[in-house]
Amino acid sequence: MNVTIVDYQSGNISSVINSFEEVAKGKVNLEVTSDVKKIKSSDKIVLPGQGSFKSCVDSLKNINGLVDTLKEFAITKKKPLLGICVGLQMFADVGYEEAETKGLGWISGKVSKIDNQKGKFKLPHIGWNEIEIQKESKIFKDIKNKSHMYFVHSYEFIPEDKSVISATTDYSSKIVCSVEKENLFGTQFHPEKSDKTGLKIIDNFMKL
Amino acid sequence: MLKNRIIPCLDVKNGRVVKGINFVELKDAGDPVEQAKIYSDGGADEICFLDITASNENRDTIIDIVRKTAKECFVPLTVGGGVRTIQNITDLLLAGADKVSINTAAVKNVDFVNEASKKFGSQCIVVAIDAKKVSDKKWEVFTHGGRNQTGINAIEFAKQIETKGAGEILLTSMDKDGTKSGYDIDLLKAITESTNIPVIASGGVGNLDHLVDGVKLGKASAVLAASIFHYGKYSVKEAKEYLESKGIPVRS
Repeated sequence: MNVTIVDYQSGNISSVINSFEEVAKGKVNLEVTSDVKKIKSSDKIVLPGQGSFKSCVDSLKNINGLVDTLKEFAITKKKPLLGICVGLQMFADVGYEEAETKGLGWISGKVSKIDNQKGKFKLPHIGWNEIEIQKESKIFKDIKNKSHMYFVHSYEFIPEDKSVISATTDYSSKIVCSVEKENLFGTQFHPEKSDKTGLKIIDNFMKL
Repeated sequence: MLKNRIIPCLDVKNGRVVKGINFVELKDAGDPVEQAKIYSDGGADEICFLDITASNENRDTIIDIVRKTAKECFVPLTVGGGVRTIQNITDLLLAGADKVSINTAAVKNVDFVNEASKKFGSQCIVVAIDAKKVSDKKWEVFTHGGRNQTGINAIEFAKQIETKGAGEILLTSMDKDGTKSGYDIDLLKAITESTNIPVIASGGVGNLDHLVDGVKLGKASAVLAASIFHYGKYSVKEAKEYLESKGIPVRS
């Protein structure tokens, strides 16, 4: 089994690498690369994302052939892909951080700033919050409802089709924090920073 | 519901954990990687390393500690002390830090915060404000571990770094640090009420009620402490249970 973490030169992915390495330990061959050939031949892909929606999309586009390769992998071949944080947000059609920016358009919807009710809720939404599981998801195997996950973000993904939502979290409103659509998985929280429960989610994804 | 975080802080000097009393008289007490792992296993919501003499010494030691810790602790790791350049931040993040805390460099040039948050994202930029009371309801920013007075109003500075893209404020009271007499609640309240980003309270914790006060009275999003955990007076678990018994939401 080959799992590839896409390194597209945007933000800090050390923690993603560390936690996937911890779970993979000898069982799974882990690659960290932006090499499209390696991505194509991989069994699973992890798409991390830090920084703004716009900077992540721009960085993806900067690597020749990467967006098309990811699309072929996830949409045409329907192989498992996990987006984390902005990696999930980029599934959307459009994002509004920094400037209106077109996303990958894999799951219809938009990414907009969390309504913090005129300052009542501090932003970024930083820290540990409970997830409320909305539907069965393969990556939530043996994960209890109301488990704590680590969040750090100011923008939220709002999908058009609510049936893709696998979990929400409560911060000023019910924020979408996990999606599953066929072979596409995404978490707004950071499983790589969410202690043992987070590692379990990574393990579930690896075992798909 | 978002939980209030408990953050044990490890002050590191020459690769060893120390905890100063008012930043002087340091005591040696342990291996930082081992300590961090104990905290993380015990339920710490985040781990903070503060390289207290980084301004004068070799930085590779802390990088190595961060690298080792990041392979064993899967909760957020914040590193501060001597973060002055974009390259410093890059090095720490590559070693496995999730956030860096900027102090002197932010005071010297507030646009550094802007540059750093644009490059790495607000989520990993913490600005550490060391403040000291100068008169009634007035606090000033200090640098160099409390040695240098800057003349900058702490509340105004906090508002300014928020506009420059800081993701969080790590607020330390220089009057309280090392005294074990509790946070400077007036200072904490003044800063949490004038900003819209999370504030981590620091400086002065001597018992668990001080943590409760930091959240309930000071409105801190997270409470940081060093010596009460470090010398084994309380475990992180005990702290969490106590906060919970006082009605404060914590991660169980």
